[in-house]
Amino acid sequence: MSETPVTVPAPAVGRYAYDQVDRTFLHERVEQFRDQVARRISGELSEDQFKPLRLMNGLYLQLHAYMLRVAIPYGMLGASQMRELAHIARTYDRDYGHFTTRQNIQFNWIRLEDTPDILGRLAGVDMHAIQTSGNCIRNVTCDEFAGAAADEVLDPRIHAEILRQWSTLHPEFSFLPRKFKIAITGSPHDRVAARFHDIGLIARPGDNGRAVFDVYVGGGLGRTPVIGVLLRDSLPEEDLLAWLEAIVRVYNAHGRRDNMYKARIKILVQALGIERFREEVDAEFAQMDRARYRLEPAIVDAIRARFAVPDLHAPADAATRMNDARTRVPAFDRWVRTNTHPHRVAGFISAVISLKPDEGIPGDVTADQMDAIADISERYSFGEIRITHMQNVVLGHVRQDQLHALWQELLAVGLATPNIGLIGDIIACPGLDYCSLANARSIPIAQKLSARFADAGLQERIGALRINISGCINACGHHHAGHIGILGVDKRGEEYFQLTLGGSGENDAAIGQILGPALPEDETVDAIAALIDAYLVHRRDDERFVDTYRRLGAAVFKDAVYATA
Amino acid sequence: MPLLENGRIVADGWTDVADDAPCPDKTAIIVSPDRLEEALARAEAAPLGVRLAPEDDVALLRTILPRLGLVCVNFPTFRDGRAFTQARALREHLHFTGEIRATGPALPDQYEFMLRCGITTVEIPDGSDPAIWEKAHRRFTVAYQPSVLHEKAQGFGFRRFLDA
Repeated sequence: MSETPVTVPAPAVGRYAYDQVDRTFLHERVEQFRDQVARRISGELSEDQFKPLRLMNGLYLQLHAYMLRVAIPYGMLGASQMRELAHIARTYDRDYGHFTTRQNIQFNWIRLEDTPDILGRLAGVDMHAIQTSGNCIRNVTCDEFAGAAADEVLDPRIHAEILRQWSTLHPEFSFLPRKFKIAITGSPHDRVAARFHDIGLIARPGDNGRAVFDVYVGGGLGRTPVIGVLLRDSLPEEDLLAWLEAIVRVYNAHGRRDNMYKARIKILVQALGIERFREEVDAEFAQMDRARYRLEPAIVDAIRARFAVPDLHAPADAATRMNDARTRVPAFDRWVRTNTHPHRVAGFISAVISLKPDEGIPGDVTADQMDAIADISERYSFGEIRITHMQNVVLGHVRQDQLHALWQELLAVGLATPNIGLIGDIIACPGLDYCSLANARSIPIAQKLSARFADAGLQERIGALRINISGCINACGHHHAGHIGILGVDKRGEEYFQLTLGGSGENDAAIGQILGPALPEDETVDAIAALIDAYLVHRRDDERFVDTYRRLGAAVFKDAVYATA
Repeated sequence: MPLLENGRIVADGWTDVADDAPCPDKTAIIVSPDRLEEALARAEAAPLGVRLAPEDDVALLRTILPRLGLVCVNFPTFRDGRAFTQARALREHLHFTGEIRATGPALPDQYEFMLRCGITTVEIPDGSDPAIWEKAHRRFTVAYQPSVLHEKAQGFGFRRFLDA
């Protein structure tokens, strides 16, 4: 039998522990927002005047209701924080929440007058909604296996926290030309889509033992997908903030403000060219007060000291016991194959909880499931929970001898879907079901695909595949970066879907290419099935779908979808 | 328009001179960058200020700045944050110690950002309630990054105490 562990109270493992100063900051900001809401409700503020103020606190007005987006810095949550999110879902929303590709959570049915109290409750567990919207530096995203992955060379969360603090209500950068997204990883295997961010940072230890960073700039999806370019390699840690300040200053001064669709930094970098852009950043860097921004080792170490470190000791036979269970229980074995990731410490493993059940809505979690995840994380992974940019959940540090018991508990609450990285692990934007920008509904397509490929054996046979669905060209579902991208378009009032193939957000970053004319909804799922059939016929050995596409080109796939039409 | 300094309405001793108006002598005047030489050539030395457009590079003022008492930066809308970068560069790069004045329809909720970028006075829109600006001036005690105000460090990291 595998061992069922007891619950232990959770310190801030894997995340920054607030102190009184941080709490004072949050309290003051909640009170500011309470005032602003009161001014809005009394009519003193018009909706137009209130809009930028609510957006600074993550409050959007969507098709049917207000939506509140709560920040989960670099995707890290504690069990008590997850329970508070469950409470908010239960009390103020319709019993569920939605995890996003920026590792945040959205509540879709919020009443304006409740928001100050919600922010107050969040502040009670050291959380907030600051900078989850607006033209500012958004939540910094991070590798979901940070501090755990066997292939990692540097834990990026310390620097992610430093960037979070630096960018929080930054006086100069809160009214940029457009939103600004930063991702950071410390693994040579890019799991954060660093080249699809305004700034992507790839960290590693330098010769002196301190971190160094390769800095990519000007990547992004949206209407104009662009792969970021390397602006600077091996940037020393002490210059990290100064260099980022310089980049954002150049952007704030020169980014376009006449057209919101041409306002991201990628457009500025393209317009100037990377050499001119680099000269501008160099010139700013050369004249700035560097002492003020120097990231001293003592500062980094003080932030690091606020992160609790898990005690990673597993029994010597942990792997053997996990493997015994795998041999006995084929369904568990399948889940281990698809839903785990190698850990840097012997006897440990990272487990991924899929939020993509058959026919489910990608990223949606009920309040009861949130509570269950919180409880389970305390029993199996030091109360540490990670939200992934694939809209799943990771328990970073699970003892291998306890993995079978963990899986059984997940199974009992419907959270053991074995489809991570497979065709069922779909990313979809909220689409026309919620969003006022959308042309088409993304969620029903995701649900139909999920149902069509529900068979776990079939999914595993198809192998690694990423499907991304966006309901409009703003590309919140990252369709450009999907092996198969699905884009909702409006054709004379009808919802149509355009397919793109060959995209990737990882080390082989690429922008998907349009396959052919857009299809009506009922033909789209059949078209995906036809693509998969063609791939299964033509693939060589263990070739992934995207590799077969890259080897053969579009013709075979085009025929599969359009030849019979 | 009412002028705000340190959260309070103060008297405005400056005269804004339109581009098609003559530069008066013996008066503290604000002119556009094109007319700085003309204004400096006035018969009797009187305080001189300049009003920048959001797209102007503050480095153009480098040589003339010691002779200026005031620089105006403009928010064409509250969403356009270029004035923050201009003000901060005037303080940090050019070591300007005179008045930096914000004009345009900014929000009281941006007051703290203005102050921390080196803006000292704000022309608040007519009809805007000064009490809200005054409240915004004293509202916050903590920030997370250094600024040109050289606030006192607070423990570890880059946290700063804001003086009310």
